[in-house]
Amino acid sequence: MAKLPKPLGVVPLGDLAAYVEFSRTLDLEINSVAQRLAAAIVARGAPGVRDVVPALGGVALHFDPAFDGDAAKTAAELVEQCMKKLPDADDLGREIEVPVCYDPEFALDLDEVSSKTKIPPQEIVKRHAGGDEYRVLMVGFSPGHPYIGGLDPKLSVPRRATPRAQVPAGSVAIANLQTVVYPYEIPGGWNVIGRTPLVAFDASRGAPSLFAPGDRVRFHAIDRREYDLRKESA
Amino acid sequence: MSIRVLRPGLLTTVQDMGRHGLQHVGLCPGGAMDPVSLALANALVGNAPGAAALEITVIGPELLFEHDSLVALCGAEFQGAFPANRPLLARAGERLSVGRAVRGARAYLAVAGGFAIEPVLGSCSTYLPGHFGGFEGRALRHGDALPLVEDVSAERFAALKRRSGSSVRWLAPPLTVPDREPIVVHAIEGQHFGLFDAAVQRTFFDTVWKVAPESNRMGFRLAGPALVRNTTDEILSGPTALGSVQVPANGLPIALMADHQTTGGYPRIAEIAAADVPRVAQLAPGARLHFALTGLDTARELRRDAKERLDAALQAIAWEFGN
Repeated sequence: MAKLPKPLGVVPLGDLAAYVEFSRTLDLEINSVAQRLAAAIVARGAPGVRDVVPALGGVALHFDPAFDGDAAKTAAELVEQCMKKLPDADDLGREIEVPVCYDPEFALDLDEVSSKTKIPPQEIVKRHAGGDEYRVLMVGFSPGHPYIGGLDPKLSVPRRATPRAQVPAGSVAIANLQTVVYPYEIPGGWNVIGRTPLVAFDASRGAPSLFAPGDRVRFHAIDRREYDLRKESA
Repeated sequence: MSIRVLRPGLLTTVQDMGRHGLQHVGLCPGGAMDPVSLALANALVGNAPGAAALEITVIGPELLFEHDSLVALCGAEFQGAFPANRPLLARAGERLSVGRAVRGARAYLAVAGGFAIEPVLGSCSTYLPGHFGGFEGRALRHGDALPLVEDVSAERFAALKRRSGSSVRWLAPPLTVPDREPIVVHAIEGQHFGLFDAAVQRTFFDTVWKVAPESNRMGFRLAGPALVRNTTDEILSGPTALGSVQVPANGLPIALMADHQTTGGYPRIAEIAAADVPRVAQLAPGARLHFALTGLDTARELRRDAKERLDAALQAIAWEFGN
């Protein structure tokens, strides 16, 4: 069994929240530990803790305003307790199947990614849809907005120099070593290579978010006709 | 049973204490920007402190009451004949007009018994960016009819009068509305405070910042000198909290408010003490504030003091109801 990392420290996010930080750079092993730790804290239950948020490099705990104690100290103690027995990464997360239409109409930046990577568009689609290492590293920025790790390094490009004022909802976009799915029409600077008919966040669902940290994701290519059919039934 | 909206005001939304437990999937808690004033308004009509009420922003609405309704407006001081900070029996057919804020920015209008609104994900708060919660997921418009839960107004008003005689004279104390500007906002060092050089750190605490017009329920943008970092290293996107003060590339800080994003990649120079967030919520665009560097212990003391003041006020009000 690999040795578990120790937190770099506990960063107070004000006096009612604290971030237990393990890494300041993206490290997939540590990200997985953050998710296991978050699951352990949720399972254990902690009085006064309202939200447990696994992030890229650690776990944030948000306390109830009625909490009278020291948030950072309580977080540190809780983490020390929970690190002793973490659940297995394989027992966490679900398999999420995400159909993506990579047609030019939706793939706003596919040509640009192609010219930057010198990989033809069809090959980019094949590589993106063929990836089998995708895992949700964090959900944030906007409700239901996943940061999905495991992108083929050959497809790695930086974010766009000028972000778009509005990226259409459902857009599937890449940058660096990650993929995101835009749940709403929001501003964004990632390179859009397709669109999914799935609704990433729906407040009327019992579980409103399609993605949660730790989920394993598979993308598969669909044509425009199937996109329209799925969109209609969604 | 309903209240009709004759004029919606600038931004009037239904808010309660927010939805919790969903930050891990990117949903902020939301809820009342000034939960202290919300609790007071609710107490004044005999409701639980976290019942849903109308959050009124800078320019108030005009409402028509279709039934006798015990109501209370608490928070910012508004122009108009609306007596604030006390319970008021609005008679059937009566119109109440809330004018423009003259001190503070937000007030809460609570109605005895509360609104008949289905909670979404555990809360009646309106989340504007997601178009859900509250009244149809949006700000109120002309012609809306806000459904009320039950007719408890007459009974509660009678209870009040037994205590207070023929009318209610007493006032709830405004706890969050600024007396003078700039207000002092206590803040601890943020995670990335050290990424700014000493001169910039000083500038942050020496400056009297102005709330910029493009501020909203997600965040308050602050106008003042740009806080420039020496390095342009990207920061790993990490969690944020209510009251986090981020510094984006243009150097102008953003204080994260109720509908804030749950993670962010901008450096956080400071974190506002929890006790002071409702006071910041009472700043209208153009209002001024400055930050005072505070330790965690002091922030916690401030939180205790604020809670004691609120609890005392809530108790005093409950006593007037005979509870």
